[in-house]
Amino acid sequence: MDGKDTVRIGAGAGTSDDRMVPALELAERGDIDYLVFECLAERTVARENLARTKDPDKGYTPSLHERLRTVLPTCVRRNIRIISNMGAANPIGGARAARREAKELGLGDIPVAVVLGDDVSDIVRRHPALTILETGEPLESILQRMASANAYLGADVVCEALATGAPIVLTGRVADPSLFLGPMMHEFGWSYDDLPKIAQGTAAGHLLECSAQVTGGCFGWPGKKEVPDLANVGYPFADVGRDGTVTIGKTPGSGGRVDVMTCTEQQIYEIHDPTAYYTPDCVLDITGIRLIQEAKDRVRVEGARAKPRTDTYKVTVGYADGFIGEGEVSYGGIDAVARAKWAAEVVKERLRLRGFAYDDFRVDLIGVSSLHGDTGDRPEPYEVRLRIAGRTPDRRAAHAIGFEVRAMHINGPGGAGGGCEPRVRDVLAVKSVLLPKQLVKTKVVVEGVL
Amino acid sequence: MSVRVYDLAHGRAGDKGNASNISVICYEEKDWEFLQRELTPERVMEAFRHIAGGPVRRYELRNLKAFNFVIEKALGGGVTISLAQDVHGKSLCNVMLGIELPDRTGPTAL
Repeated sequence: MDGKDTVRIGAGAGTSDDRMVPALELAERGDIDYLVFECLAERTVARENLARTKDPDKGYTPSLHERLRTVLPTCVRRNIRIISNMGAANPIGGARAARREAKELGLGDIPVAVVLGDDVSDIVRRHPALTILETGEPLESILQRMASANAYLGADVVCEALATGAPIVLTGRVADPSLFLGPMMHEFGWSYDDLPKIAQGTAAGHLLECSAQVTGGCFGWPGKKEVPDLANVGYPFADVGRDGTVTIGKTPGSGGRVDVMTCTEQQIYEIHDPTAYYTPDCVLDITGIRLIQEAKDRVRVEGARAKPRTDTYKVTVGYADGFIGEGEVSYGGIDAVARAKWAAEVVKERLRLRGFAYDDFRVDLIGVSSLHGDTGDRPEPYEVRLRIAGRTPDRRAAHAIGFEVRAMHINGPGGAGGGCEPRVRDVLAVKSVLLPKQLVKTKVVVEGVL
Repeated sequence: MSVRVYDLAHGRAGDKGNASNISVICYEEKDWEFLQRELTPERVMEAFRHIAGGPVRRYELRNLKAFNFVIEKALGGGVTISLAQDVHGKSLCNVMLGIELPDRTGPTAL
């Protein structure tokens, strides 16, 4: 801690597939102290856990390599510390990969602080009676197929990892806003008793955690909600004061916009009850928040409130749940929709005759009903793409869908075109349980020499 | 004179499990009470009936001149098992914005 009164925390990614260059622009031109990469969706850890069972060195977010190669030279030069959950199912493996990247970039031996303890699969196996939040059934019902169980850790462990002084902090599952709150607690010595500050920091983290979604991404609408230079949309940062003041901004000279409209959309994003947004750090209440345009592309956030954190961690349990198979083919011109519908009936009949059954089955007419369902009163488009998908425990049944859809070229109604290879993917479903915090032992280790 | 939600508000859809949350944010402060009166959970459920099982809950965020609608059973079982193309239901905010509200004669339109 150097006694600074303001810290600037940038968001470098909001998903594992996020763009690469905006993080570099933020590091180079944003004058940031921390760069946070949030890269774990709900099921990602389960997927990476399977990758680790095939290769013990894998299991961290594969894009870690490219992300670090992109920003590491600048971050080292500018003394920007990196925080990320790209450790996924193997934070130690991720740390070793990060250190190798640093060496290959000629940056020397960089220590990485690693947060451990989010993997609670051994713990939940000993508690099969835990209740699945979504279904009310006991965890036991999916334990046999469990691929992963990870607790959403909080900002305290991120703070602890930063205290080691390592330039890079890698975690597995940590709640998204906690990745941002961690450096605030570290810089300012905030404790969980400082509820107004924890609330402000959590609200800021929530605004930042989806990168461009607060700077004009997922927002624009021609003629209604214009976004300047969307192609070069910049990534956001928060200026956070020791007293809990928060102002959101973005990379100078970048595209996009930061204003009350973009911030409001992101503040409410993926929140249910706005008086009770549960994180590992607090129960956030955003119904007193004020968003104030301080200057162009700068929005001040005031009035976040919170209740103390609960004594449980939310745990996401990933488990194998069969296969999804799908296929697509297109029809155009006269009676395109009628031919697509006919094809769907033929495919269904052939699957039935082959003896396949599905837990869930879906026919989409892309151009008519694939996004918002069938209201029965939509105008017919000139062309339509038929998509059929089904979920089943039987891989052969899953494959048969795409196989029979592709066969529409020769064996279906006239004029089918543009079919595709049958697609089959493993389903990794997720469910949630609450685990008492006292059962979870977190730990920070450092890879390399400080 | 009917008016669409789109004419008065913007919004964004997010996912959590099998529920979709859709914000409705007024462009103008003065329209909040009109939407409070007209954009009821029942009307939203009606617009989503062919997509979602419901129920619909509405939360008020007067401070952000906004509402947050939580629509249960809207995402084909949830992101990880849904057969939909748009497994997150990101496009569902446009169903909300397309809802037509019957009448604008009222205190807010004066």
